[in-house]
Amino acid sequence: MDGAHDMGGAKGFGPVVAEPNEPVFHEDWERRAFALTVAMARPGGWNIDMSRFARENRPPEDYLSKSYFQIWLAGLETLMIERGLVTREEIESGKVLSPPKPGIKAIAPTEVTPAIRRGGPTEREAKAPAMFAIGEAVRMKDIHPVTHTRLPQYVRGHLGTIEHNHGCHVFPDTNSLGKGEDPQWLYTVRFDGPELWGKDADPTLSVSVDAWESYLERAS
Amino acid sequence: MSDHDHHGHHHHHDHDHSELSETELRVRALESILTEKGYVDPAALDVLIDLYEKKIGPRNGVRVVAKAWSDPAYHARLMKDATAAIAELDYSGRQGEHMVVVENTPDQHNMVVCTLCSCYPHPVLGLPPVWYKSAPYRSRAVSDPRGVLKDFGVTLPDTTKIRVWDSTAEIRYLVLPMRPAGTEGWSEEQLAELVTRDSMIGTGLPKQPDEID
Repeated sequence: MDGAHDMGGAKGFGPVVAEPNEPVFHEDWERRAFALTVAMARPGGWNIDMSRFARENRPPEDYLSKSYFQIWLAGLETLMIERGLVTREEIESGKVLSPPKPGIKAIAPTEVTPAIRRGGPTEREAKAPAMFAIGEAVRMKDIHPVTHTRLPQYVRGHLGTIEHNHGCHVFPDTNSLGKGEDPQWLYTVRFDGPELWGKDADPTLSVSVDAWESYLERAS
Repeated sequence: MSDHDHHGHHHHHDHDHSELSETELRVRALESILTEKGYVDPAALDVLIDLYEKKIGPRNGVRVVAKAWSDPAYHARLMKDATAAIAELDYSGRQGEHMVVVENTPDQHNMVVCTLCSCYPHPVLGLPPVWYKSAPYRSRAVSDPRGVLKDFGVTLPDTTKIRVWDSTAEIRYLVLPMRPAGTEGWSEEQLAELVTRDSMIGTGLPKQPDEID
């Protein structure tokens, strides 16, 4: 979706301000909101693409005014309400008002470290040969999905070059909707600065994105 | 609160105290609801937080870089299959399942961003700092990386090519900075002192030998 989260090339946000000796978390609630989000994914039954969609799918003014972990919290609430794990009334009142959804098992303390160390690899077996070769010129499709996509607006319609092939990976656009993993070839596509930002752009700049095969079309 | 209290107070977000308290209460209530329903075990949350605060962080990446600088065979393995080479040092997993290392050279400087959210190589760098997740960085890293570098006090020669890697999929990038001159014969431990977190994102450079004790 063309939302406020898709920030590449946007203007007016000002300088980057780094905080010296920044702690991992700034407030205790950030620790708990982060941990709750990570710990609820398996019992809740959602995947990383659903989580990202839940965080970005909100009014721009909401996305831009909330802090990072406030967005995480809002995303977590959305995912749980959608699945009937909790109700909005429970979240607002802070009280349990309905029985738990049956068959849900919390992650045990002993399971945490192995699960984090394992992660969730997204590479899958290839079912068809790759359509594009390294070095080939490609054009990013000018598409505007209304749901989750990982094709940023600033590269759409632009000409790039295939630089790497990373194998077949789970496709976020379908996985975020529960419509299956639909693994596709994933490429690193490189663009020259002036192709993206016009003739006055820094000629020493090049930018790449990682793009699934269905985001690409042949250049000619 | 007097004006004085606000001086020099550049917070990472600009919500006032009452709003923070509201969020704090909301998160506490949510945790107790989820615990009561049996969906989460608070002890598991403690383990998770401890992991990200104490065990997973940029010191892991520092070891990777220092080893790559001092061991040519490791460097070769890291450039060929970063996920496997990083796993040799026992770092693996969530948000680092598919690692790629990009090496700075005199001709090319690499910088990593996630314009769409906050993708970052957790096993080697930990959780991202606030600036990495912020709108200024996400918007400008791809269009004005030299301006961003200036914000970090870094100026590169005009002839150096800048390559920005936008982490739009599950590939996670770690920058291998250039080994500083004047470090010939240094041990891996000594070299590690020079590696900064920002030098592994590409918004900074490693320390020079005269910058450490």
